[in-house]
Amino acid sequence: MMNRIDKKFEELKGKKKTAFIPFITAGDPDIETTKALILAFEKRGADIIELGIPFSDPIADGPVIQASYHRALEKGIKVTQILDTISTLRKKTQIPIVGMISYSIVYKFGNKTFVEMALKAGLDGLTIPDLPIEENEEIFDIASKNNLKIVCFIAPTTTNQRMNLITRKTQGFLYYISVVGITGARDTLPEDIVQNISKLKQLTDIPIVVGFGVSTAEQARMVGKIAEGVIVGSAIIKEIERYEREHQEKLVENVGNFVEKLVIGAKS
Amino acid sequence: MSITTSKIRTSERKNISETDNFSARMGHFGRFGGKFVPETIMPALDQLEEAYNKAKNDPAFNAELEYYLREYVGRPSTLYYAERLTKKLAGAKIYLKREDLNHTGAHKINNTIGQILLALRMGKKRIIAETGAGQHGVATATAAAMFGVQCDVYMGEEDMRRQALNVFRMKLLGANVIPVTSGSKTLKDATNEALRDWMGSVKHTHYIIGSVVGPHPYPTMVRDFQLVIGKEARKQILEKENRLPDYLIACVGGGSNSIGLFHPFIADKEVKMIGVEAGGIGTGIGQHASTLTSGKIGVLHGSVSYVLQDDDGQTLPVHSISAGLDYPGVGPEHSYLKDIGRASYVSITDEEAVNAFQECTRLEGIIPALEASHAIAYTMKFAPTLSKDKLIIVCLSGSGDKDSFEVAKKLGYAI
Ligand SMILES: Cc1ncc(COP(=O)(O)O)c(C=O)c1O
Repeated sequence: MMNRIDKKFEELKGKKKTAFIPFITAGDPDIETTKALILAFEKRGADIIELGIPFSDPIADGPVIQASYHRALEKGIKVTQILDTISTLRKKTQIPIVGMISYSIVYKFGNKTFVEMALKAGLDGLTIPDLPIEENEEIFDIASKNNLKIVCFIAPTTTNQRMNLITRKTQGFLYYISVVGITGARDTLPEDIVQNISKLKQLTDIPIVVGFGVSTAEQARMVGKIAEGVIVGSAIIKEIERYEREHQEKLVENVGNFVEKLVIGAKS
Repeated sequence: MSITTSKIRTSERKNISETDNFSARMGHFGRFGGKFVPETIMPALDQLEEAYNKAKNDPAFNAELEYYLREYVGRPSTLYYAERLTKKLAGAKIYLKREDLNHTGAHKINNTIGQILLALRMGKKRIIAETGAGQHGVATATAAAMFGVQCDVYMGEEDMRRQALNVFRMKLLGANVIPVTSGSKTLKDATNEALRDWMGSVKHTHYIIGSVVGPHPYPTMVRDFQLVIGKEARKQILEKENRLPDYLIACVGGGSNSIGLFHPFIADKEVKMIGVEAGGIGTGIGQHASTLTSGKIGVLHGSVSYVLQDDDGQTLPVHSISAGLDYPGVGPEHSYLKDIGRASYVSITDEEAVNAFQECTRLEGIIPALEASHAIAYTMKFAPTLSKDKLIIVCLSGSGDKDSFEVAKKLGYAI
């Protein structure tokens, strides 16, 4: 069976459309809402879901995602509960889901066990921000044999030599971290994103997805012009947090509206 | 307390065979160590490793380092025969390696001087650090002041309260102390925050990690800068006793003073090594920081090592009266020494440490840091079980002046 991520990008390529990928934290504000949000995002036109598995000590995440991890953990969320939720979701949706997870968690279960658990639950891929290519040999082997995609990262600080290695290794898509310079409204994209992405395009045919710091529909539109996909995380989580405080019963609808605007941006 | 190398539990063994394909690549101590950090900082670690490897073999770098250690830090530190403590305990003969006599009052400065020299070589204009007890923060701020470099120190709010004096010292030294309010507001959270800062500032900033923890090359590099403790001690004991010691005892937070003392003796099979962890107020979750004696193998802050984690790999809360030992991880090389049985690890409670703090002060006129008091407390239990011809070297990693308020409070004195 073809992996749902590959299938999605093939489909989008045919339509010449950019993938929109919302990121949310599993269990924030609670696991039922997470489920409802994923279904709502799909209806609003999201192509892939990136689901953050809460971790107590994330180092790649900014304060917004970090705080949402802590909220979820304080409510007692467990990894098995998140995977069970994905299993039940699979009866209702075939949207590709990529788990973003710290290697601290994966290691605890063991590479093989965790890959099996993820597949059984219906996850299509994993991004492990604290697992650089030098350390990921084994999980790559296991995942490739099992048709689970391990998505690798490239940062603005990545050297040419590492770009070569990473573009050869990544599966499903390539995650370009745009930390430097993209937050805040601007009319043009920072030079280095445009440059780095065109450099990457010469190295690989794999879809390139830009994340970290994209927060408005306008930015999504700009990124959509140069990359195959756009990830928005913190901006959506901020909305979730706001409606959880102000308008709980309208949370799913309002956050859905917010995501729809981003979808339109990314695809225009 | 028995000193046995604890066996690896079967559940962990399963985990190891699945997860561990580490070879003897650089940065791995057996199956421990490694580089588990985001891609953004990988190039900086590579750059650091390269710069360090070059500097390590450069006579000019070593001469400069030696110069500052001698003229500024005041090395060598003495190996002092603790005569009254020895007589009172009526067992093995006890020597104290006096790292409290270093400038700024602890072993931490051995590492910060080394790393700041390296940062200057790499052309980095700003220094960041994490600190628990504040000793590493003070040592970093001191080196930064002396070399005229901008310095930001991350410190948990809870630790800022416990170590108010060190916060003030850092500010006097011109450092900016940034309070960390996330998580448990202690050392692990300060480390997270410093790593996050580095994610965004890596091009012009060097991160001075304060112990033998974190991703490669830190555990190796920080150890190398602390080796001076053990090298001096080895030479000094040979001069004084004409033989090697039977036991080395040192406290273990991240593990830098202990590895510094232990490492130069590793090939001397007759020398036994004992690391002392914080037993806090009990053995329950959140009551102690005994990572090696009761943790399991996991990943935290960039390396595989023993960690206090739950079944999901989430970090557990820790406690110790000593802010410098209040950490849920430990350096990967200690995990390795534990597993191969070369060193053994024990734990000491808050109360035992506070007792040792007072005993050492009264008997020797030396106020030990609460961290070092853990090593002394274990020595007080252990020395009486040995015959008088045995020799122990205890690492007195720092001075307890910084702990006076905390101990006074514990003993019910109002200052
Ligand atoms: C005096 C002193 N001893 C020991 C430690 C523990 O650190 P390590 O285990 O790295 O020596 C600290 C840490 O702050 C300290 O200040």
